[in-house]
Amino acid sequence: MEPEPNSSETSTETETAPETPTRFGRRLFFSVVGMGAAGIAFGAWLTRGEHRIVSDLSGNSGVSNLLPGGDQFRIYSAAGTIPSINASTYSLRISGLVKSEKVLTLDDLKALPPTHLDRTFQCVTGWQVPDVTWKGVKLSDLLDLVEPTPDAHGVGFTSYDGLYTESLTIDQARRSDVLVAYEMFGEAITPDHGGPVRLYVAPMYGYKSAKWLKEIRLVEKRSPGYWEQNGYTTDAWIGRSNGW
Amino acid sequence: MGGESATQTQPEILRFDRTERVVHALSAACVLTLFVTGAILYFPALSVRVGERLLILNIHVICGVVALLPLLFSLRTPWGRHLRRDVARLTQMTKSEWRWFRPSQREEIRLGKFNPGQKLNAVLSVSALVVLLASGLILRFPSYFSLTLREGATFVHDWFALALILLTLGHIGFALAHPASLRSMIKGGVSKEWARHYAPAWLQELSEKTALVK
Repeated sequence: MEPEPNSSETSTETETAPETPTRFGRRLFFSVVGMGAAGIAFGAWLTRGEHRIVSDLSGNSGVSNLLPGGDQFRIYSAAGTIPSINASTYSLRISGLVKSEKVLTLDDLKALPPTHLDRTFQCVTGWQVPDVTWKGVKLSDLLDLVEPTPDAHGVGFTSYDGLYTESLTIDQARRSDVLVAYEMFGEAITPDHGGPVRLYVAPMYGYKSAKWLKEIRLVEKRSPGYWEQNGYTTDAWIGRSNGW
Repeated sequence: MGGESATQTQPEILRFDRTERVVHALSAACVLTLFVTGAILYFPALSVRVGERLLILNIHVICGVVALLPLLFSLRTPWGRHLRRDVARLTQMTKSEWRWFRPSQREEIRLGKFNPGQKLNAVLSVSALVVLLASGLILRFPSYFSLTLREGATFVHDWFALALILLTLGHIGFALAHPASLRSMIKGGVSKEWARHYAPAWLQELSEKTALVK
């Protein structure tokens, strides 16, 4: 510590003393990060409230389509293009370890006893669409048609996009809330949503519900599907898998 | 550096050194790629047109992880001296500078190198990127988090993305409205005239230190 005889710093004191700045950046940074953390903790709850407000305010005016989280579907397409399938020439093959292989048209499916489901569509990444109505045929009914052999323990699904595959155990496939669906919200399923015919596995996350369903194949042992090969759980029960 | 063009006869002051410009360019490239790929992942009309979800997703995640690395890395290197100084400037604000946000009192404030709006933008952008990275990683690796947290992360990721997009649009708007400022982020220098008008306290600080370039 040496004294500075002619320090120029001290002379400025006679003028307006320079204000000492505060480090606002650090405080603001932690505030924003805190908001983010709170949002992650309580966002599920906030989303429900937001849905109510947004739907009350805007009805169908289109504002809700621009705002985040307005319970919109997000369309996941694995392949480069969405397959466009002519409903009148659509066919679904059921093959593999069965007594009699079958190829069904859309009309064949519609001739079978229909099942209706009204569920929240839940994506593994956290978005959801409440009250989606589905109409289709129980997968279990289709399995009865082809009569799986006793060694068929798994069911594989392939898609017309040539990439999307899925799988269930035979027990999962036999559940009454697993549909081969051809109507959504009371209308034919659009290509974006996997039409004309897609799988709908109600108790599991959205990725299990294979779109553009092409073939159902009974196998001895199921193999993980497209999204499962990319890190997601094969037994994708909502709220009980992929974390918990 | 600076003053390389023949038309520029005035002496130039270095506003952003090479490190800062490179860091800015890399971060900007990442953030813009994040916006484009994020839009493709989010809007069904775009998702459907582009497809290739995994590829787009991977580009998005990589850009998100990389976006802040040039800044964090160069802050720790010897070439980050200028950057470190500017980060200190950007994250500090005096009481009277806060009054700059009131248009009626704006004239009275003698500004340093950055105006309070730029300071707020810098801090908010970095903070938002950190929150987006954290919530994005929850969505990318869902196996480690509960569904409730993933729903929260989706909520946060969507809203913070919207906020950052608006912030960035404002930032780009101001840059386009002030070509000399924009130029300095590409070439590095500003004129003395510019500094006298926009950053008088900085100009004074520089001349006291005689740190004029050229």
